[in-house]
Amino acid sequence: MDLDLTPEEERFQGELRRWLRDNVPARAARAPRSGPREELGGARLAALKAWQRALDRAGYVAIGWPREYGGRGATVMEQTILGEELVRARAPALIGQMGLAMVGPTLIQWGTEAQKRELLPKIRSAEHVWCQGYSEPGAGSDLASLQTRARREGDHFVVSGRKIWTSNAQIADLMFCLVRTNPDAPKHHGISYVLIDMRSPGIELRPLVQMTGDAGFNEVLFDGVRVPVENLVGPLDEGWKVANTTLVHERNMLGSTTQTQQLFEGLLRVARRARRGGRPASEDPLVRQRLAELKIRVEALRFLAYRNLTAALHRRKGGIEASITKLATTELNHELARTAIELLGLTGPLYRGSLHLEDGGLWPYQFMFSLGMIIGGGTSQIQKNIIAQRGLGLPRSA
Amino acid sequence: MDFALSEEQERLRDAARELLAAECPMERVRKIAAEPSGHDAALWRAFAEAGWLGVLVPDALGGAGLGLLDAAVLLHELGRAVAPGPFLASSVAAVVALREAGTRAQQERWLPALAAGEAIATVALFEGLEARPDGGALRDRAARRGGGFLLDGTRPFVPYGHLADLVLAAFRTARASAGAGYDGVSLFAVPGDAKGLKKELLVSVDETRRECELRLRGVQLPREALLERRERAAGAARASGAGPLVARVLDACAVAIAAESLGGAERALERAVEYVKVREQFGRPVGSFQAVQHMAAEAAARIEPARALVWYAAWAFDARPKDAPLAAAMAKAACCDVYRAVARTAVEMHGGIGFTWENDMHFYLKRSLANAAAFGDGDWHRERVAELSHF
Repeated sequence: MDLDLTPEEERFQGELRRWLRDNVPARAARAPRSGPREELGGARLAALKAWQRALDRAGYVAIGWPREYGGRGATVMEQTILGEELVRARAPALIGQMGLAMVGPTLIQWGTEAQKRELLPKIRSAEHVWCQGYSEPGAGSDLASLQTRARREGDHFVVSGRKIWTSNAQIADLMFCLVRTNPDAPKHHGISYVLIDMRSPGIELRPLVQMTGDAGFNEVLFDGVRVPVENLVGPLDEGWKVANTTLVHERNMLGSTTQTQQLFEGLLRVARRARRGGRPASEDPLVRQRLAELKIRVEALRFLAYRNLTAALHRRKGGIEASITKLATTELNHELARTAIELLGLTGPLYRGSLHLEDGGLWPYQFMFSLGMIIGGGTSQIQKNIIAQRGLGLPRSA
Repeated sequence: MDFALSEEQERLRDAARELLAAECPMERVRKIAAEPSGHDAALWRAFAEAGWLGVLVPDALGGAGLGLLDAAVLLHELGRAVAPGPFLASSVAAVVALREAGTRAQQERWLPALAAGEAIATVALFEGLEARPDGGALRDRAARRGGGFLLDGTRPFVPYGHLADLVLAAFRTARASAGAGYDGVSLFAVPGDAKGLKKELLVSVDETRRECELRLRGVQLPREALLERRERAAGAARASGAGPLVARVLDACAVAIAAESLGGAERALERAVEYVKVREQFGRPVGSFQAVQHMAAEAAARIEPARALVWYAAWAFDARPKDAPLAAAMAKAACCDVYRAVARTAVEMHGGIGFTWENDMHFYLKRSLANAAAFGDGDWHRERVAELSHF
């Protein structure tokens, strides 16, 4: 056991902190992170792209990628430090995160030279914003049942079908998409991984308004959309394998626990501000018990992240850690928000624009958003299936 | 960044698991539990020969000179085995107290004997029946008599007090000062056969463990019985932020019982999972039902974060004394809650057989209850978390 950084890591962290202090946009630094979001688009979109571009020019984007693709071949530890410091500095979330986390690593492993040369620099600079075309109305937890068809016609695929819950489709330039190219093969085999230009004729977007009131995700309809065959990534009909090799990059594990820590700090401020019988709620023994219980869960996840990180540093293959972390973190974030709302009493449910609004409506927003995260990216129930079956070796349910 | 057990610690863990599988299977646990003493001298000798009893004893005094994380590795395995015996009291609590505050003479007299298994020690830290062991609130005073001390008081819940050759008993010697690091409480080395010392065994639902009520009536001790280095230790504690001696010993016990609880939870779940893989109903293993799978998955998802807390708390006890009290409180509260919940789940996963005496699950369930109450219950440790975090 040794929780100290090496001198090199400390130097990297120091330089990064200085750079972030001088360069994080001031307005973003003041706004509560993961708080109510304005609509993406226009000036806000431009500002977010500019932020990622600046970060890229300073060499702090995709640092884990090999040098030949514009990364620095950074260690897992450096990537972790970067993720943690970005959260700590309350930097805006990267608009190109989907491309950086999902598309880039997939292309580096499976892409053709032409695809890498053309696409990777634009992923780094956020010139391209990406969206993910995985879920369908009939294929959620059972993703491999997806039905969107891609029929080969000469040097094109012709894609027809529907994708749903597509975040940021309304601003995306490109979609990485799973399509069925062979309906006769077993369901995990006839799937291919293709890249689709979102300006192609035949694509229709239907914005879906989330319970938060934001319209961040969409239903995407494809009607005979022509996709050049060179947009196939990896082998034909083996897209399931391509997608799964890079499905979850747990590189930002500490970043996500840092966010949870910040939520807890916010909750603590609420508890000090809210009153119980004329005294701060944070002095009430019952409230203290609840806060302590939550703090213990927050800290346990922080140390669990250190442990998972150590395993990654030793290149030990991850087992069910990602599932446990996802399950525990999303449930905890939801619980933190719920507790804050309860402590705020009648003002707890007040939302954007209201008189007496607390923390800009952060808590109801976070309450809803975290519930979305409990469902998205593999529901809590799916995570439990994975833990039971892959982790504990229980037989697959009939 | 290295948040993992070292290779030596992994080897220690594997060796301990092997030894306990051979020497302390459940049949032997049942036998020892049925003995009035709750103790098996042959098993204790095996622990001594393996070097476990001296894990925290400095090597110059016949021990391994290791840290609390190494002891936690052993406690985790002892918890998996629901092993009976005074390891926590003698090899952790008493050794930590002697190591940190004992005089040279006391250390030389006791530590080699404890490491060799030739003597057993325990700690008597609290008065009263509350599960709130606040050393600073201790009222019984040690009276000064004839250059020595006269002790009067009752100490309930002394682990393995009936076997102890040495009882380290807490008594007030001064008023608590406002400053952190000194609570005015000292530890005294009371011989197990001291005149005026009476012992009465308590009967716990956890039959794998023994606790005594000790009554000290006019126990006369020489000056040398005082753990002298108390003052110096208090100074060091102030400097390191670790707090006063009794609090420090309590932190070690809290981490120890957390590690033990985690081991128990882990093993109870393993056994339940093994069972539902083979038990069939409706023509298939009950472990193939999602309702059962999710019980097991939830238990596993609670165990892993708790494990990280224990490792951190055990490591911090030696490496970051300033963070140790908070880390110990978090680990104790979390792991004992997890153990109780997981043991209950494990019983339930066994169905009807899990409710029988013949099945082993009740040993885990009962141990989890006893562990939750010992050395500060969950509420008490959570309030400590609140206080130490300045809520």
